[in-house]
Amino acid sequence: MAIATQDTAVRTGRITRTFIYVVLIFFALFYLLPFFIMVINSVKPLSEITSGNMLALPQDPTFAPWASAWSTAQIGVEATGLKPYFLNSILMVVPAVAISTALGALNGYILTKWRFRGDTILFGLMLFSCFIPFQIVLIPMARILGELGLSGSLPGLILVHVVYGIGFSTLYFRNYYAAFPTELVKSAMIDGAGFFRIFWRIMLPVSGPIAVVCIIWQFTNIWNDFLFGVSFAGLSAQPMTVALNNLVQSSTGVKEYNVHFAGAILAALPTLFVYIVAGRYFVRGLMAGSVKG
Amino acid sequence: MASVDHAEGPDLRSRLQDWLPRLVLSPSIAAVMIFVYGFIVFTIYLSFTDSKMLPSYGLVGFDNYATLFGLSAWHTALVNLAIFASLYIVICMAIGLTLAIFLDQKIRGEGVLRPIYLYPMALSFIVTGTAWKWFLDPGIGLEHTMHLWGWESFKFGWIKDRDFAIYTLVLAAVWQSSGFVMAMFLAGLRGIDNEMLKAAQIDGASNWQLYRRIVIPLLRPAFMSAFVILAHLAIKSYDLVIALTGGGPGRATELPATFMYSYTFTRNQMGVGAASAVIMLMGVAAVMVPYIYAELREKS
Repeated sequence: MAIATQDTAVRTGRITRTFIYVVLIFFALFYLLPFFIMVINSVKPLSEITSGNMLALPQDPTFAPWASAWSTAQIGVEATGLKPYFLNSILMVVPAVAISTALGALNGYILTKWRFRGDTILFGLMLFSCFIPFQIVLIPMARILGELGLSGSLPGLILVHVVYGIGFSTLYFRNYYAAFPTELVKSAMIDGAGFFRIFWRIMLPVSGPIAVVCIIWQFTNIWNDFLFGVSFAGLSAQPMTVALNNLVQSSTGVKEYNVHFAGAILAALPTLFVYIVAGRYFVRGLMAGSVKG
Repeated sequence: MASVDHAEGPDLRSRLQDWLPRLVLSPSIAAVMIFVYGFIVFTIYLSFTDSKMLPSYGLVGFDNYATLFGLSAWHTALVNLAIFASLYIVICMAIGLTLAIFLDQKIRGEGVLRPIYLYPMALSFIVTGTAWKWFLDPGIGLEHTMHLWGWESFKFGWIKDRDFAIYTLVLAAVWQSSGFVMAMFLAGLRGIDNEMLKAAQIDGASNWQLYRRIVIPLLRPAFMSAFVILAHLAIKSYDLVIALTGGGPGRATELPATFMYSYTFTRNQMGVGAASAVIMLMGVAAVMVPYIYAELREKS
């Protein structure tokens, strides 16, 4: 499954190769620059930031901005730091990812191994639902959450993310299971294995790679979501992105850039962590999908 | 009774087996039908009503659409989207393709470079927006730094300039997505049969001809996927604007997504907001429906 670093037929001269390396390294610096700025400025005292150079290394490194961003910074009206919102995001992401991935696996299994009339149309409808601009559902969603008594609550947000995550998780598992030999499933059926038994014993054990892709995708999307959070979370269930935006955009007092950066990195850590730990599997899986697609 | 049970047993069981998959699938289908398609229908309906702060059900025909297209703010949002989307798509594809082709030349350190190109897509715009906003701010960012380094006449105040602020959105968005596009093209390149390239090279094709005549045409599917993904991301762009410019200066960087939100939830013009959401959906559908249709036809 590794992305084969195959030999290209193209022969390149020394000058061309140097040029290629220069371009590649330039872009690497371009991609690293914003994060570099955030990291070095998050450990500078405010005076050093306002008087100095954004690219200069800290002369007097301090972790006070990090402590402040985590536990004492003013978010909206309360000086709680980002800690409670970080917790909100975790409590929202974990069940939403688990439920949408489990449903996606079952749906993908059904849509490839238990096919029935009209299943392609149903899948097409689910697929399109991945790409809708969410503005089209904001108004009715707000109403329904209100009627279900879930407005401004974590369960409400979990529901929203599960519902709008099913499309992608189904897409991933369907494409993956489509390549799995149906004969194996058929012969298990003849041997008398039932629907869940086949799923549990035959499909799940081979689902590792696609489960990783799906979990990373859902985790990143749900953790990074801003629109649903800002629309439906109310005050108590605010996720990290919304709280960070409140911290950064607050118009009162001195702008504590170092605290903003520390907060931004805190908000980025979980997705970066997931990406660093499992990112290569994600790229592989994604590439496998995009080559086929 | 026992004998009847016995006779019907296998039949009942196999009938259950027939229905079980559809039963397990049904909650997901129901959720999509209600929360996606039902809601779309409801929003379309609202766009024909006199809803203001709350939904209301007095039908007003196409009045909201007439109002919408008469608003200069909506006009600005559409023009901005056209500028933003075309530059975003073209630049992302150009950078993505270049990086993919370059990375495909047996590059030492590919394993280090690839994650560096890709990591931006793991981050929220709200996160990267804080860095970009600072970088772009003439008072503390790049302009200030250049002045400190002695380049006194250096000017980079796009984010404060009505005519140029939209390009700062392009810059930050390209930064976020171009590595992802690179990965799509790289996957395409790695799928091309090398023998064919070797044959062409023996026939005397130059590198340039090789890529222009053979490789790039073979990447058609990757171009299509990249276009579809970038186009729908452009139409949906929301966080980016909120984090970077808040739609300003003035309304210079308003996009349809921010327009919809402010008209619906802060200006209490829900009917107009719903109409703008419907137009956005139509934009996405124009890109996605043919693509999905072609994909599903091909596969089945």
